[in-house]
Amino acid sequence: MLGRIWRIIVKEFIQLRRDKYARFRLLAPPIIQMLIYGYAATFEVLHVPIAVLDLDHSQESRDLLSRFTFTGRFNVTEILREDPDIPNTIGRSSIPMAIKIEPGFSELLRKGQTAHLQVILDGTNSNTALIALGYVTQIATTFGQDYARERLGSLMPAMAATMPQIEIEQRPWYNPDLNSQWFFVPGVIGSITIVLVVNLTAFAIVREREIGTLEQVMVTPIRPVELILGKTVPFFLVGLADVILVFVVGSLWFRVPFRGNPLVLALGTVLFLFNTLSVGLLISTLCSTQQQAFASAFFFLNPAFILSGFAFPISSMPRAMQWITSLDPLRYFLVILRGTFLKGVGLDILWPQMAALACLTTVLLTIGVLRFRKSLD
Amino acid sequence: MPKGTSIVAQELVKRFGGFTAVNRVSFRISTGEIFGLLGPNGSGKSTIIRMLCGLLTPTSGRASVAGFNVAEQPEQVRQHIGYMSQKFSLYNDLRVIENLKFYAGLYGVKGKLLTERIAWALQMAGLTGSETLLTGELAGGWKQRLALGCAVLHRPQVLFLDEPTAGVDPLSRRRFWELIHQMAAEDVTILVTTHYMDEAEYCNRLALIDAGRIVATGSPSEIKCTSIKGDLLLVECAPLGRGLELLKSRPGVLDVAVFGAALHVVVSAAQQARVELPAALASAGVIVTAVEPIAPSLEDAFVAMTGRRPDTSEAAQ
Repeated sequence: MLGRIWRIIVKEFIQLRRDKYARFRLLAPPIIQMLIYGYAATFEVLHVPIAVLDLDHSQESRDLLSRFTFTGRFNVTEILREDPDIPNTIGRSSIPMAIKIEPGFSELLRKGQTAHLQVILDGTNSNTALIALGYVTQIATTFGQDYARERLGSLMPAMAATMPQIEIEQRPWYNPDLNSQWFFVPGVIGSITIVLVVNLTAFAIVREREIGTLEQVMVTPIRPVELILGKTVPFFLVGLADVILVFVVGSLWFRVPFRGNPLVLALGTVLFLFNTLSVGLLISTLCSTQQQAFASAFFFLNPAFILSGFAFPISSMPRAMQWITSLDPLRYFLVILRGTFLKGVGLDILWPQMAALACLTTVLLTIGVLRFRKSLD
Repeated sequence: MPKGTSIVAQELVKRFGGFTAVNRVSFRISTGEIFGLLGPNGSGKSTIIRMLCGLLTPTSGRASVAGFNVAEQPEQVRQHIGYMSQKFSLYNDLRVIENLKFYAGLYGVKGKLLTERIAWALQMAGLTGSETLLTGELAGGWKQRLALGCAVLHRPQVLFLDEPTAGVDPLSRRRFWELIHQMAAEDVTILVTTHYMDEAEYCNRLALIDAGRIVATGSPSEIKCTSIKGDLLLVECAPLGRGLELLKSRPGVLDVAVFGAALHVVVSAAQQARVELPAALASAGVIVTAVEPIAPSLEDAFVAMTGRRPDTSEAAQ
């Protein structure tokens, strides 16, 4: 029994070693994805180019506009002269935002009335627009408060000193600087592993079906379980190696802290790898050619990625979608990854995710093994 | 010592959905016999072999191989059989020696026997000294013999060969059949499928398969003699098509079929026909260049039994 499993494992590794592109396929995507997510994927909005149209030409208007540059969130790249310039700028250039100050802005302020600041946004990228708008609001509010206090201070210093004020103190736990890398890098471990292991497993079995060696192997006294183990153990090891690789790059290069118990992450990783192997096995039983396997793997991986909470928050999804995410193994692994990396929580918190992964794996593996036996027929 | 029976098929049926691929097929094959399944592509030959190997579960019927019931003792059956599919299912990205070691490992051949059997297989395949070549770089004949070597590393009592010579040059085919005869001489029972008529002649016994059914069983010569009810004449004439039409409607002509550039005509009385047919054709404006009696080939037998040709895929449609 062990001898036959060992034979298949050895064979699988010889084939991997001999495949010139395999090394590239196993090493390059994890590192490239890690770098892409580390550097390119960010929710932060910085240095947004903006256009300004100041029709007031007052000290107040200049003061307000200077605050936009000062934060580092915005770069004033275009000074406009008249109203029609605005649609021309927003529509035809890469400038997504224009700020217009009406004539009489300062006059209204001095009278103690409400002055208006008009913001025109390119809403094509709704996410960036929304975040940028948030910053604008913040800047305008602070400006208003400062202006009010200043005026009050010069008129009635005693009253200004007793004016009540609320200041928000932000304390984001686990990621104090709200660093996007800290959020993405642990997630990349999960997303890379699922793509790699599902594909490798499905392809390794389907390829043998396609070239006929699966049939040749099945006429030997091997049992289906031995064959399944022989075909999956190598990809378990490959998956594990890739997790370690991405882990090390994330920790050393991006300095993402790891605060939890490595053993808890190891347990989660093993459960998740079993799960991805089961999915790969199941896909292989549904396909007789590598092309079909490719299409089926994509059909699984794409929704698995989107529904996992990797980038889009599950809590914002419609209720029905949220239920569907509970079938997504990546969802649970991401909680385990972020929990162990950033929060440093242990099994007492993460056991529901571990249990969910174990259940999903049991179901998938059972279907996979039963179907595998049948698919030989 | 009287020889036993190694393979028994009883009323084997395999349906795929509404399509019956194998229809109530029965035969018994003695130990050391080379038994051929001859039929066109798609006639169900491979399906029969795959049921006997345990790769497919029959819809009904039973089979035993090397004394074991295929349905009930699949693992014992597998330990005693060798199987070579038409694709020569080897790993092209493994070296010759790695393929041999891999299959030996699956069959549990180890120790001194392993070294011995691998040396034997290499020698048989003519690959001694080429152990480290990549299998994908081997030419057809070598690949075929290596596949055979891998299939018999564990000295199986029964060997199943599914279209073993597909895509192999004639010289390698002959060498391959010599190996098969040597194994049969050592009491290995061999079941082989083919659609090559000349190859079928190498078998001790044949079953002609058409559309999932056995239409005739016997030695090649028995099949040739019994399938043709009458005498066989070769008629060379031009135009061929017109000659075919005329002869079909002649009294005393049982069957006419085109073979290459000539007609094979089955008649009830050869002497009389040799005189009458050329005259009849000539009077209708067909030029006759030769009429002579010939011994029937397996192809004639197949055409006589089924009305179609075994070695073209069109015939299977």
